[in-house]
Amino acid sequence: MNPFATTGRLTLDAVAEIGRIAQFAARSGASLFTGPFFSRAFWSAFLRIGYASLPVVGLTAIFTGAALALNIYDGSLRFNAESFLPQIVGVSIVRELGPVSAALMVAGRCASAMAAEIGAMRASEQIDAMSTLSVNPMGYLVAPRILATTIALPLLVLVADIIGIYGGYLVAVYALDFSGPAYIRNIDQFLQNRDIISGLIKAGVFGFLIALMGCYYGYYSRGGAQGVGSSTRTAVVASAVAILASNYFMTSLLVEI
Amino acid sequence: MSEAKKKIHVRGLKKAFGSNEVLRGIDLDVEDGKSMVIIGGSGSGKSVLIKCLLGVIKPDSGVIDIDGRNISRHTSADQRYMSRKSGMLFQGSALFDSLPVWENIAFRLLYAEKKPRKAAKEKAIECLALVGLSPEVGDLSPSELSGGMKKRVSLARAIASDPEIIFFDEPTTGLDPIMADVINNLILERVKALGATAISITHDMASARKIADDIAMLYQGQIIWRGKPEEMENSGNPMVDQFVHGRAEGPIQMQVKRR
Repeated sequence: MNPFATTGRLTLDAVAEIGRIAQFAARSGASLFTGPFFSRAFWSAFLRIGYASLPVVGLTAIFTGAALALNIYDGSLRFNAESFLPQIVGVSIVRELGPVSAALMVAGRCASAMAAEIGAMRASEQIDAMSTLSVNPMGYLVAPRILATTIALPLLVLVADIIGIYGGYLVAVYALDFSGPAYIRNIDQFLQNRDIISGLIKAGVFGFLIALMGCYYGYYSRGGAQGVGSSTRTAVVASAVAILASNYFMTSLLVEI
Repeated sequence: MSEAKKKIHVRGLKKAFGSNEVLRGIDLDVEDGKSMVIIGGSGSGKSVLIKCLLGVIKPDSGVIDIDGRNISRHTSADQRYMSRKSGMLFQGSALFDSLPVWENIAFRLLYAEKKPRKAAKEKAIECLALVGLSPEVGDLSPSELSGGMKKRVSLARAIASDPEIIFFDEPTTGLDPIMADVINNLILERVKALGATAISITHDMASARKIADDIAMLYQGQIIWRGKPEEMENSGNPMVDQFVHGRAEGPIQMQVKRR
């Protein structure tokens, strides 16, 4: 086997796949403009993705914040900088860990669910049936999910930010003997709007990518139960990779603002 | 053109998936208000043919003339034209399992025509009655229905917007003989009441005899015989004879493996 040929083929395949995904995104975006807008489908997706993800996102955030406080305390002791603990916890949660951990949890919960649901609809001819009933599946199934996730994820991240900082607070105050009011005051004075907003912008992009991957791999799944299984797996992996990769590039753009 | 009006006029229809030629030049005419049944074994191309006619699959070449309009270029306007005119009963019923039965039946009214929910529900309950189901069924979820009830609901959904052409994909597959006959009767009754043109694909010979005005047999992507149901027994065509009587031995060799 020729390693150059293999590398070339894999690269071409990857680029072609990204092109297909972009086309899919454009088609679903177009269906939002040409209408009709399915508000019921939107709200049901919004509740399932946003509201139902609250417990798991909250749990992730509180433990992340708590562990972060312990680690930073241990690390900063080495150069007597432990008094900066609240600021470091705050900025890490708001800029990085809140958006990324919430997005990864939502990817596990929702990209998989979307791929499996839409994939099963494809396998049982429900998507064909929808077209024969004069309803565009891109408009009814895909666009509402993408829109709902893009809006829901920043709201979830806002909650995750607060709970994550609270997790750090619990550890700092009850295990490390920090003063509670001082902890809050330090974070309040240190954090800037742009810290929070950059995290929320990232979250919106993550939400878009999660739903796009879930819908794309579900929509083009084939081959019955096994096909649905493999498209679910691909959707979760692809959205996790997309989140982490886009996170780096967005961060490098957003720190310059 | 012959004396009766042609509703569906197909010439030289071809479709291949990769190297696998599924349809190899189909010629088919269906007259307005008639019921055409296409018989043929698994893998003969029946489902692909019906999906081409329905505008779900784009054919490679050929003409599909529906009421004077050629839809074979498969543009989105063609698809809209076809979906307005037609209804389809899918083999596995293809009900939307996230919606209650009545929203399934009224799906087009609710989401394509934007009718108010109350009026749409009334229409759905009317359609349920037409297929012999009580109004309470409307509030059930599709997963709570038996196979026969699913077929009835799917039929109700297909007729809810008074289509001119109805497609039936193996309407009796997976049903017991009695339920199959009930579905056959419902199909006959509803198609007649609408005055619609019907195209069915099936390999259930009892069903074919009952609902067909005309029968065509598809084998290896071509129509090899057509005639009236009563001519089917003595068609003089050995392949039709083998299929109708369900013999393993004969000119048709079933492929056990996929190519």
